[in-house]
Amino acid sequence: MPEPDTSLSILIIDENRLRAAVIQDGLRDAGYNRLTVVHDVVGIARRISDISPDVIVIDLENPNRDVLESMFQLSRAVKRPIAMFVDRSDQAAIEAAVDAGVSAYVVDGLKRERVKPILDMAISRFNAFARMSRELEEARSQLESRKLVDRAKGILMKTRGLSEADAYSLLRKTAMNQNRKISEIAESLITAAGLLAPPEDT
Amino acid sequence: MNERRSHEIVAGFMPLLDSAILVAAKEKRFAAAEGIDLTLVRETSWANIRDRMAVGHFQVAHMLAPMPIAANLGLTPLAADTIAPIALGLGGNAVTVSNALWIRMAVHGAIADLDPAAAGRALRHVVAERLGATDAQLRFAVVHPFSGHNYELRYWLSACGVEPERDVEIVYVPPPLMADALASGTIDGYCVGEPWNTAATSSSLGRIATIKAALWRSSPEKVLGVAAKWAEREPEALAGLLRALCRSAQWCASRENHRELAEMLGARALIDRPAEWMLHGLSGTLDIGGGEARQADNFFVPFDKAATFPWKSHALWFYSQMVRWGQVAHSAGNASIARETYRPDLYRSALKPLGIALPSANAKVEGALVAPTPVGSAGASLTLGPDGFFDGTLFDPDRLDDYIEAQRR
Repeated sequence: MPEPDTSLSILIIDENRLRAAVIQDGLRDAGYNRLTVVHDVVGIARRISDISPDVIVIDLENPNRDVLESMFQLSRAVKRPIAMFVDRSDQAAIEAAVDAGVSAYVVDGLKRERVKPILDMAISRFNAFARMSRELEEARSQLESRKLVDRAKGILMKTRGLSEADAYSLLRKTAMNQNRKISEIAESLITAAGLLAPPEDT
Repeated sequence: MNERRSHEIVAGFMPLLDSAILVAAKEKRFAAAEGIDLTLVRETSWANIRDRMAVGHFQVAHMLAPMPIAANLGLTPLAADTIAPIALGLGGNAVTVSNALWIRMAVHGAIADLDPAAAGRALRHVVAERLGATDAQLRFAVVHPFSGHNYELRYWLSACGVEPERDVEIVYVPPPLMADALASGTIDGYCVGEPWNTAATSSSLGRIATIKAALWRSSPEKVLGVAAKWAEREPEALAGLLRALCRSAQWCASRENHRELAEMLGARALIDRPAEWMLHGLSGTLDIGGGEARQADNFFVPFDKAATFPWKSHALWFYSQMVRWGQVAHSAGNASIARETYRPDLYRSALKPLGIALPSANAKVEGALVAPTPVGSAGASLTLGPDGFFDGTLFDPDRLDDYIEAQRR
């Protein structure tokens, strides 16, 4: 891997503060210290003009990408021409970036080797962040389904006089027979109980 | 299901009223009827649509009508060769100004009739007045440099004696943020598609001064951008999609479907705004602000007047404006790239089996028709017009050089 060119000035634009911090940390750890993070694009033209970044990293969800690109066309706001990505011919890097949800703009004429490590770092951090968010989401939904199953068990224990273990195995058997998730069965049962039974004091 | 192979197509779109034809093609199963499994992906910027076309995530996309031309001319980063074989309707934009600006315009004779000439004249007086008082320049917003909004706004200002590069400032703002920018005083006016004019007028934040349908009558706003490589590889899939879009356009045009269409577009997964907002643009009964409504009959035309036909004269007019505003240098080669971006040949060959009206010509003189006029067509009879620009200037695509020369400042 080539030695990072730490003299480059990098602007990170991301409305997601947590992700911006993750990217900033990654770049700082790699030795880049001329980093600026912006969460809001209001007044960005002035910031760009002040910072005069060599590289701009922005997330693809950002609705202000069009605004940012239009600024590159206005020489009044941006002193130096800025093109997109490291190198148009580097299709693999471009695809990896778009897949990861990140886009980078680079001052025209900057050599590929100097910018590639920055883009690679941004891509890997974006991917890591997406993975983290997904895991968090999964953990949350696992917790949700456990709560549902607990409530369904409670209903069965009360209405059918079953033990906790029997209530659970009934839910499980039903799920297997119907080829559905146990949490789905639990949810249907809770809904049905809510419809059929008189209101409980919960 | 018959033996026909089904085609998977992924289309990017922006949440705007004029995504209607694409959205209804999926929701009303016009695409499915052509054996197309159409997936729609909502995007947050035109830049994303362009990038995701370039890396092959999308085969086709809802695009600003000048965007494919800009892509083929190499004016945007990371653009793949893109063709426009169908337009997604005519009209749909408006110019909205702040209440404060409207009051000054009214003092100078602007009345609430959407007339571009009168509103523009009043605006010129306001600009002169502010210059005299050394007030800050008026600031107008559009959504993208390569957009009908940008060129229409500039055309209107210039034709009314306001120099866009000198007398006002033009900035870029994403559509959903326009009304807020107007309310906060960041901008004094904007040109955008629906429902983002209604977003301001329905909350009494601004007034619609004029509309695209009056500035350049019968003009396209969005097209279907198609990755050129994919189109070459999958001509059948493309032809099927064009037929589906044409049937969808017919459905969207029908008044009795407007309520359903408005609900569809207003839904959370789409534009996420009240269906009532969509109905203004669909019916042409505009909420122009100040509690007033105006009927603009051709405000948004999805099907009639060959509304989906990709006229080469439209492509060339957009090109002429790119030259006018310094986005590209004029050359015979560049003009040819622009002309070849729009593909009426693909449109005709795909839609022939439908028996709908197909124009015989590929280009027309914009402004030649001052009233609805029957024109040469195949399949069914066709009435076009009125078309052309509010100031009466003709655009003859065969005299492109003269037109560009006349607009040189």
